[in-house]
Amino acid sequence: MSGFDMIMVHIPLLTVVTPLIAGFLMPIVGWIDRKLCWYWVMAIMFVVLLMASSNLYTVITTGTIHYELGGWKPPVGIEYVIDLLNGFVCLIIAFIGLMVGIYSKESITKELPNKIIPFYSVFLLLITGLMGMTITGDIFNFYVFLEISSLSAYALIAMGDRGDGVVASFNYLIMGTVAASFILLGIGYLYAVTGSLNMADMQNLLPDLYNNNNKVVLAALAFFMVGFSIKVGLFPLHAWLPDAYTHAPSTASALIAGLMTKVGVYALIRFMFCVFTPAFVFDITRMAEILTWAAALAIIIGSVLAIAQSDIKRMLAYSSISQIGYILLGIGLANLIGMQGGLLHILNHAFMKCALFLVAGAIFYKTGIRNIYQFKGLGKKMPVTTLVFLIAGLSMIGIPGTVGFTSKYYLALGSLEEGMWIFVIVILLSSLLNIVYFWRVFDNIWFGHPHEVEHIKQDEAPVSMLIPMVILAALCIFFGLFAYYPLHYILEPLSEALIGSGVGP
Amino acid sequence: MSGIQESVVIRTVVRIMVPFIEIFALYVIMHGASGPGGGFQGGVIFGAGIILFTMIYGIKEGKQRMSNKLSRILSSTGLSIYAGTGLLCMVFGGMFLQYNVVPLLSLDPANVSKILIDVVEIGIGITVLVIMISLFFDISPSEEDELQLSEEEEQ
Repeated sequence: MSGFDMIMVHIPLLTVVTPLIAGFLMPIVGWIDRKLCWYWVMAIMFVVLLMASSNLYTVITTGTIHYELGGWKPPVGIEYVIDLLNGFVCLIIAFIGLMVGIYSKESITKELPNKIIPFYSVFLLLITGLMGMTITGDIFNFYVFLEISSLSAYALIAMGDRGDGVVASFNYLIMGTVAASFILLGIGYLYAVTGSLNMADMQNLLPDLYNNNNKVVLAALAFFMVGFSIKVGLFPLHAWLPDAYTHAPSTASALIAGLMTKVGVYALIRFMFCVFTPAFVFDITRMAEILTWAAALAIIIGSVLAIAQSDIKRMLAYSSISQIGYILLGIGLANLIGMQGGLLHILNHAFMKCALFLVAGAIFYKTGIRNIYQFKGLGKKMPVTTLVFLIAGLSMIGIPGTVGFTSKYYLALGSLEEGMWIFVIVILLSSLLNIVYFWRVFDNIWFGHPHEVEHIKQDEAPVSMLIPMVILAALCIFFGLFAYYPLHYILEPLSEALIGSGVGP
Repeated sequence: MSGIQESVVIRTVVRIMVPFIEIFALYVIMHGASGPGGGFQGGVIFGAGIILFTMIYGIKEGKQRMSNKLSRILSSTGLSIYAGTGLLCMVFGGMFLQYNVVPLLSLDPANVSKILIDVVEIGIGITVLVIMISLFFDISPSEEDELQLSEEEEQ
């Protein structure tokens, strides 16, 4: 066995452990030279991206990867499992992490000059937490990583706007802790009735209990659904989200908006389909109906509230609430096409929302403005940045040729297949509302004329900020035209596996 | 030592207590492999001992014993010990944290496991105690603020 083969076995674990170790070594790196911090993060994120790609490639070519920690066999020991679902989500995490990392160089130097070292430490810890939540196959281990990622997110948000950032972070902390407690209670209940913490093992043990109409299992399911609904900011439980996204530092907003809720949705899918069985969630308890209706409400109300905002980051935060609704709608529909649409929207929304928040950050970096009505003339001042905003905004609306269109189209088809016409209307209505709130911004950027137009000089954001934004915008179009690749290689087999047997592939 | 001083009784009691608390913490850490206890609990107790000392003798005295630089280095060291042990197991061909594959002084694998678990617990303990203390330092007011507060109270 060559050295390369030896290390290949451990890649699933190293995907989680590398950012963890690197995050804790950050104080030493920063102690040697502060400028090294950014290069260190870049190097680590690049390695993580390579490992996540390698994981997904292995899963596609050879099947699910199992990794036993400490050599203990699965039902007893902690097991890391990578299948198509979490391989896919891990790749998104690693990619968005790298993009936001590149962007952070200038942004953090300006916004948090004295906190570079803690910021990057927490940044890597957040990546660790999200990676761990995704990769682990053990529900208690999952909870530990959930706490790591949540605590890092609280810290990142608290570094934001003076005063407001701390309050937003505190609100999020209270809500997040309540959610985590619900999830922990659910885990405790399941452990009490099954005696196992391994997801795959639990899925084998639980069906016997469903038949006896076991109240503990029902309570556990309810706890999980409420806990994760808070974590992803599903409509009636979204109160923490707008403040947290608005007042965090620009870099942290992009990272958290792009990733935190996606991983929450991933966890929801994992628990619904791979801990409980779809038959239980959809037929016995009819949880899916509640989920789809809540999602439909979230889609409409998120969009309506977004129209009412004048702060761009706040507008994007409300738009996030509505986009999360799309993803959950697709999952709640639980048919093949709807599922693919929902899963594809995880990818698409990560690209679009991350790009939009990065643009908001770049505008704030150059001008210090966040109010939409003061954006007049920006189209001339920052042409590339605003072009990225245009592409991501059109994609969010769902113009054909961008990623947003593909997933909305699939979601609409999925709704039709279920005979739920009302959801098609919801999707259409929400797209119209999206046009309303994005058009206000477009209108101010390109058509609003300040008093002295001729005095505006081109003053573009630094190159290190432009590169990730342009890449994300390009991907918005690329996957809009070539949605075939993720759908064919990942999402189709994945949806079939999730819906069909209910057992993770 | 300037500003406010706690009473002699408290100062003396703390002075006597702290070494015992810390010995107990070390006991809890070393007990991790074979019984209830472990790095996290032990680290918290150890950190609590130093926090108690700092509360009574003042931030300045506390910081002399645990400077920012030292706490940064220790927090990284602790985790490196933990991760290093895990990686060591991988180097010898096992899984992460699969202790019994490490050929240590040609001991019985079970004993190797016990020793390496202790090493891991020590690493965790160091990180936890440093994080506890630095959290305490971060949220406590500086010496000048404290003086100002007490003056305002007197007025």
